[in-house]
Amino acid sequence: MNPRRKKRLIITSSLIAGLSLAIGLTLFALQQNIDLFYTPSEIINGKNETGTKPEIGQRLRVGGMVVNGSVSRDPESLKVSFDLIDNKAGIVTVYFDGILPDLFREGQGIVAQGHLKSSNEIDAFEVLAKHDEEYMPPEVADALKGMDHLKTEQSK
Amino acid sequence: MWKWLHPYAKSEKSYALSGKLMPWFLVTAVITFVVGMVWGLAFAPADYQQGDSFRIIYIHVPAAMMAMAAYSTMAIAAFIALVWQIRLAEMTVAATAPIGAVYTFIALFTGAAWGKPMWGAWWVWDARLTSELILLFVYLGIIALYNAFSDKVLAGRAASILTLVGVINLPIIHFSVVWWNTLHQGATITKFDKPSMDTAMLYPLLIMIISFAAFLGFMSLYRFRNEILHRESHRPWVISLVQQSSTQINKRG
Repeated sequence: MNPRRKKRLIITSSLIAGLSLAIGLTLFALQQNIDLFYTPSEIINGKNETGTKPEIGQRLRVGGMVVNGSVSRDPESLKVSFDLIDNKAGIVTVYFDGILPDLFREGQGIVAQGHLKSSNEIDAFEVLAKHDEEYMPPEVADALKGMDHLKTEQSK
Repeated sequence: MWKWLHPYAKSEKSYALSGKLMPWFLVTAVITFVVGMVWGLAFAPADYQQGDSFRIIYIHVPAAMMAMAAYSTMAIAAFIALVWQIRLAEMTVAATAPIGAVYTFIALFTGAAWGKPMWGAWWVWDARLTSELILLFVYLGIIALYNAFSDKVLAGRAASILTLVGVINLPIIHFSVVWWNTLHQGATITKFDKPSMDTAMLYPLLIMIISFAAFLGFMSLYRFRNEILHRESHRPWVISLVQQSSTQINKRG
């Protein structure tokens, strides 16, 4: 390789390496702000490293699995409340007044946006359903039922 | 080792080779598109959770994958263009960018159309969706920068540098669903584990991915040849080529 090419190779490679390092450090610093939602145990115990808890009245998103049997609907209105759980067994209660997405059901992963009412209660104004990366025909899903193939964890 | 490649640094050779390859890409793209679409939309089973709505995956996933594949191609070409200063590599960057941008737009658009019925929202500022949007902006930036210079040597170099700057976004898009909490689910097929999709649904998806890849190949070759003619228009071989084809048209007319 001739020296001029070699020089250009070094310059170009160090451009890429330098940029990757800069962006990598930026993202690392912003890590917690890029997360779309808190998990229930993060609301109760604080985020992993810093241990900072969200304040009451703060606007936030929470993501977790709807606990089986926890959904209670008001017969007179659209008001609904349900519990969310994650793999670390933190439980928070979500109150919502509105139309739930089609995929909403017990055992389903959802992301709710709202205000923190007390340390483990959220007044949600938006509920989004999160689905997993598994795709299968209904017959296969029926055959797998009871084998607990669906991941119970929502986050790492 | 790379000696066999050297003749293709000449625009005439590359022009001829891409002309030969183009029809094969087009035929592959059309056949796999028809097979994949019919199989995916009509014969693949519905999903246990999402029903028939999941079928948008047959457009969404191939478009998103090829948007990133087009960018990888451009990044490799940009690196070659900067280090070895081969003009044809710069032309590859310029030729591929608009196709990648369109694929990215398709991925974002079908993603929004899929997100509304399933998640309940057209758009959420989660890491995957945002980084994909940034990819679209980077594509548009490269196209704009290349067209901003009337001196195409300078334009090619500037566009190549911007392409390399934006390449950092690729791993961010891919790993965004692993590194952060997102609404978008994790990877179904691009992971080391076995794909978490039933084979009856997976085969049409793989066929669609081949189709989108072949169409990407066809379109980039097409634009690459145009770019060569445009930038080498003063060269004798281009002039004689144009004269030949114009006399053919005159004879026919």
